[in-house]
Amino acid sequence: MAYSEKVIDHYENPRNVGSFKKDEEGVATGMVGAPACGDVMKLQIKVNKDGIIEDAKFKTYGCGSAIASSSLVTEWVKGKSVDEASGIKNTQIAEELALPPVKIHCSILAEDAIKAAIADYKKKYGAAEPDADKKAAD
Amino acid sequence: MTRKNPIYLDYSATTPVDPRVAQKMIPWLTEHFGNPASRSHPYGWEAEEAVENARAEVAKLVNCDAKEIVWTSGATESDNLALKGAAHFYKTKGKHLITMKTEHKAVLDTMRELERQGFDVTYLDPEPDGLLDLGKLQAAIRPDTIVVSVMHVNNEIGVIQPIEAIGEITRAKGIIFHVDAAQSTGKAPIDLAKLKVDLMSFSAHKTYGPKGIGALYIRRKPRVRLEAQMHGGGHEKGFRSGTLATHQIVGMGEAFRLAREEMASEGERVRMLRDRLLRGLQDMEEIYVNGDLERRVPHNLNLSFNFVEGESLIMGMKELAVSSGSACTSASLEPSYVLRALGRNDELAHSSIRFTLGRFTTEEDIDFAVKLIRERIGKLREMSPLWEMYKDGIDLNTVQWAAH
Repeated sequence: MAYSEKVIDHYENPRNVGSFKKDEEGVATGMVGAPACGDVMKLQIKVNKDGIIEDAKFKTYGCGSAIASSSLVTEWVKGKSVDEASGIKNTQIAEELALPPVKIHCSILAEDAIKAAIADYKKKYGAAEPDADKKAAD
Repeated sequence: MTRKNPIYLDYSATTPVDPRVAQKMIPWLTEHFGNPASRSHPYGWEAEEAVENARAEVAKLVNCDAKEIVWTSGATESDNLALKGAAHFYKTKGKHLITMKTEHKAVLDTMRELERQGFDVTYLDPEPDGLLDLGKLQAAIRPDTIVVSVMHVNNEIGVIQPIEAIGEITRAKGIIFHVDAAQSTGKAPIDLAKLKVDLMSFSAHKTYGPKGIGALYIRRKPRVRLEAQMHGGGHEKGFRSGTLATHQIVGMGEAFRLAREEMASEGERVRMLRDRLLRGLQDMEEIYVNGDLERRVPHNLNLSFNFVEGESLIMGMKELAVSSGSACTSASLEPSYVLRALGRNDELAHSSIRFTLGRFTTEEDIDFAVKLIRERIGKLREMSPLWEMYKDGIDLNTVQWAAH
């Protein structure tokens, strides 16, 4: 499959691979996908006291597009507030990486991973906003 | 680690045409261009002679009479002609056919078409080692069974099916037995004088011959009848019309001659390389060989690297030309149907790589591949949440995954 240069760059030089300690202050984890489907993404965010995501890490089991999508979102969420990050859409990810149609599900999964991490953050730290919570459960 | 051209380890997809074969083909394109069916001048006569010499070479490799070989465009066409041809001819005897779930799509899709035409097909599961259990075959045979089709060597996992024993069963019951041998010529011995096989499909391009040419063996004693699928000038005794592609046929003949002469020495050399590859990798954690390792052609190694997804693995090993058992590049995102049929779980089926070695593979290629695979698997596992969970002692089967 011919991938875009951006996908190949993220695949070969993935940004922010790794894990935070689960009990570290401000850390929340989102894990989405299933091995049976060939993709599992784990996205972790580290949120400071002002509600800004100051760091993010990922681990992904999946194809090149899945790895690139998750690598990209770790870059995008950094420096954003939790609410801003929850506004990232899969279409933006797909466009940035020029994903072919059969790989759009990778960008959807990456969006889901952000939502899942944010939902975990709100559950843990209770900065509940009803709207955002509802969205995360979708 | 970089290298200009990827090392070719995908010989089961196709092989390069052996330079000796290419040399033999060229004059039949330019100088000796005659139509083998032309009876009125020497251009035709010499082309016919070349075609018949090639037919004899194909027959020699599999120990049958040259008259039992019919040229086709490749193994897919041979499978179609054999299955549809036999089903259509014998349909008044019965409408039931038997095959395996691990067959090539050329057989499976032809069977699906026959189902649409009103035939009834049983698809047998292989055992976990990839092989057919003869008891299951016996149990599936019905009074109206007319055809059994089982491949000789599996294209993904390289296992050799017990076609000798299957032939005994089918012959005793008067059932036509078809074997797709696209992957076995030059790799596993075939003796049609001994085997009770009625129809056998061959391909040139898996055995260092050109693409676009194949053959079908049609047994004469006891005689097997087929309904032609391609109509026209009545070439090939009416089994398959169409002007014969002399250069392609000459290429297939030469490729099969070389296979006959060199199979023993080449098989040993390739087996040593395959074993070297396996030895270089087998101490890695969580890797699995797919398919029986003993009853297998020497050039195939199909491995699952647990917790690493197949497509990213192939992408990560771009210095190697290999293929994934997983059809992940297609829209279906389904793991290999062959590995699923063996009962492999989804993770392992999604994590498989097929390495197939061949005539031009060297020891240096294998050593380079081993080093590269170990390095890249390590990198991808560092990136894999499943590997992390495994290392933390979490049983992945107990995790509730959100399917998507």
